[in-house]
Amino acid sequence: MINLELPQKLLTVQKMSHQVASGVFRPISRKYDLIEHCDTPEELKPIAQMMAAMRPSRAKKEARPDDGSTVNGANLSGIVGAEELCWGDVGLLLSIPGSGLGNAAIMAVGTPEQKEEFGKLYCAMAITEPGAGSDSAAVSTTARLEGDEWVLNGEKIYCTAGQRCDAIVVWATLDKSKGKAAIKSFIVPQGAPGMSLVRVEDKMGLRISDTAALSFDECRIPKGNILGSAEVADTEEARKKAFGGVMQTFDNTRPQVAAMALGVARAALEITRELLEKEGVKADYSKSLYNSSAIEAELYRMEADLDAARLMTYKAAWMADNGLPNSKDASMCKAKAGRMGNQVTLKCVELCGELGYSERFLLEKLARDSKIIDIFEGTQQIQQLIVARNLLGLSSRELK
Amino acid sequence: MVTSQDLPFDLSLSEEQRIGRESMRRYAERQLRAIARSADEAGAAPEGFYAGTMELGLSLMPIPEAFGGAGMPRSPVSNVLNAEDLGHGDISLALGTLAPLSFINALLDFGDEAQQELFLPQLAQEHFVPATVALMEPRATFDPGNLHTRAVRDGDGYLITGEKSMVILGASAELILVVAELDGEGPAAFVVPAGSEGLSAKAESYMGLRAVEVATLTLNQVRVGAAHRLMQFDLERLVDLGRIGTAALAVGCCQAVLDYCIPYVKERKAFGEPIAWRQSVAFMVADIAIELEGMRLLVLRAASRAEQGLPFHREAHLARVYAAEKAMQIGTNGVQLFGGAGFVRDYPLEMWYRNLRAIGVLDGAALV
Repeated sequence: MINLELPQKLLTVQKMSHQVASGVFRPISRKYDLIEHCDTPEELKPIAQMMAAMRPSRAKKEARPDDGSTVNGANLSGIVGAEELCWGDVGLLLSIPGSGLGNAAIMAVGTPEQKEEFGKLYCAMAITEPGAGSDSAAVSTTARLEGDEWVLNGEKIYCTAGQRCDAIVVWATLDKSKGKAAIKSFIVPQGAPGMSLVRVEDKMGLRISDTAALSFDECRIPKGNILGSAEVADTEEARKKAFGGVMQTFDNTRPQVAAMALGVARAALEITRELLEKEGVKADYSKSLYNSSAIEAELYRMEADLDAARLMTYKAAWMADNGLPNSKDASMCKAKAGRMGNQVTLKCVELCGELGYSERFLLEKLARDSKIIDIFEGTQQIQQLIVARNLLGLSSRELK
Repeated sequence: MVTSQDLPFDLSLSEEQRIGRESMRRYAERQLRAIARSADEAGAAPEGFYAGTMELGLSLMPIPEAFGGAGMPRSPVSNVLNAEDLGHGDISLALGTLAPLSFINALLDFGDEAQQELFLPQLAQEHFVPATVALMEPRATFDPGNLHTRAVRDGDGYLITGEKSMVILGASAELILVVAELDGEGPAAFVVPAGSEGLSAKAESYMGLRAVEVATLTLNQVRVGAAHRLMQFDLERLVDLGRIGTAALAVGCCQAVLDYCIPYVKERKAFGEPIAWRQSVAFMVADIAIELEGMRLLVLRAASRAEQGLPFHREAHLARVYAAEKAMQIGTNGVQLFGGAGFVRDYPLEMWYRNLRAIGVLDGAALV
């Protein structure tokens, strides 16, 4: 039955996440934006413990009812939680130990031994290189097997949590001439010989989240640290399958990133409404758009945009929970939410004038934080490409 | 009444809705889309068009069995799905098809048992009985919350005076629900039968919606009895249900734009390759799909809240704001993707563009 409201179970997730966001994140949001470079904030350590305690139950697959009725599972509840936490502070969410993308990869494809060894650690993911961003198939960091060790050479940039993590899942190629199929990921523990931290980036937003550049110079790790098989698929079909599997994980993570934009935009909109209400601006849905003041009309537009993005994100996650292919919907919600987040937060700065631009309130910070959400996990343009190829039935060779 | 908290988030259709959609889509394709252009040019639906719509059973469905209908439960969600599918065929013809249902839905929501008994049997016929809702008034900055049409008490009845515009099937409707400001009591709704003394209708021409009869009604001291006033009238609900319905029509038409553009941009070649291979074209197509999805979900959310008895004014408001703007954007981008072919009347793009412009203007039609 068509219903776009959340069930009680998810409202509870929402409420609990909101408590963390308002009780822990918000009060320290500005503080860590100004500190920027530091170790994991003390305030986040209990949150990490709490999340680690919750994780096994979250990871447990919910049984799908046999009667074909719908499921609201881990994907949708992840969206609901992420929006709330990012309403608190998106940078702090990304700084919680143990919540790295590397953890997700290990839990998804790691062997039982790897899960045992690294599952409880804080694992980052290093894909991007100076010469390979959205085009992740162009990775040129190399890995070669020497006896019982993999030897890695290359450079990685924009690695979230690359400084604070315990280990990093590094994408590298076994043979660049073999393209996507030869790209594998390797678990590199912090302190592995030959790996060094080049720098931690100074960024416009998301400042508390450490973004590292790393260098691998004859970096040696045990043979067992490869994620998945070391074989290079040699048929076109096997190649597609191997890389497709990697890309498929994005179908689950893109809605999660879209949820970040929802939280950031909602935070900005709420602060803006409060500031405007003090000045007598009341957008109470009583007048049509063109009989409203310009400022009220903007609030309506932004709210509609935010809600549209949220419903699209819910839909993509709901599809994943129910085993429906959601590649197009995952990219649609990421594209929509990413640009909505940018537009809404910047418009909020503008509507509140000096107060919006000032560091006295969080509006300017939210606007800075939101920008990256339309870039990482696939830029706006990459999402559009995926959506367009899907709609038009075109290959990546036809629609470049 | 079910409260939504007990239900999971769910976008799957019931078996009944799924089957209903299939036949509605087929009907819209054959009976609306196929004649949309010629009806637009002729400025009217062809002879027999409305009689043909009786096979859909739209009017009969929600009328209680006691009054000659099928007694199906009132379902804004199913109505939205129907509006979307009919809108995929043609917005104008869909508006005409749905006009009697608007009247019926309003009567079910705001009329008492006696009033339903008085008026509904007249609509529960095997032939098409035109009926409609008259809300809008002909002036810039029109706002449903500020009506100039006045009603005053006159003995045991009411006298209504004013002008109502953009009334779908306004000249041929047998029953019209007229919304007027009742002196000292606020907005009120009255059932005005065709042929009432002092009531006249004049057909209007617009940039779009040419295939359906749209009229301005003039009411000059039109007298109705006390039984004709719907006592449980709720202006906000009427406006909101209409806005959800017209937004659903827009969703259907925008889907038609998308469906029509996809094969064209793949076939049309420029500089030796299909224009779909160019990002500037492909991204426009992607954007149409993205904004359309947002529209659709906002409309469905508002309708499902209405169906569950939850407050839905905010949701209807946002669906309208979003649909009105995105429908125009999608309409104009459809023309743009076709270039010159979008501008000539051989193709439907320019007609859809003209029709979609109505979404931000129209009030009081297609009540779901």
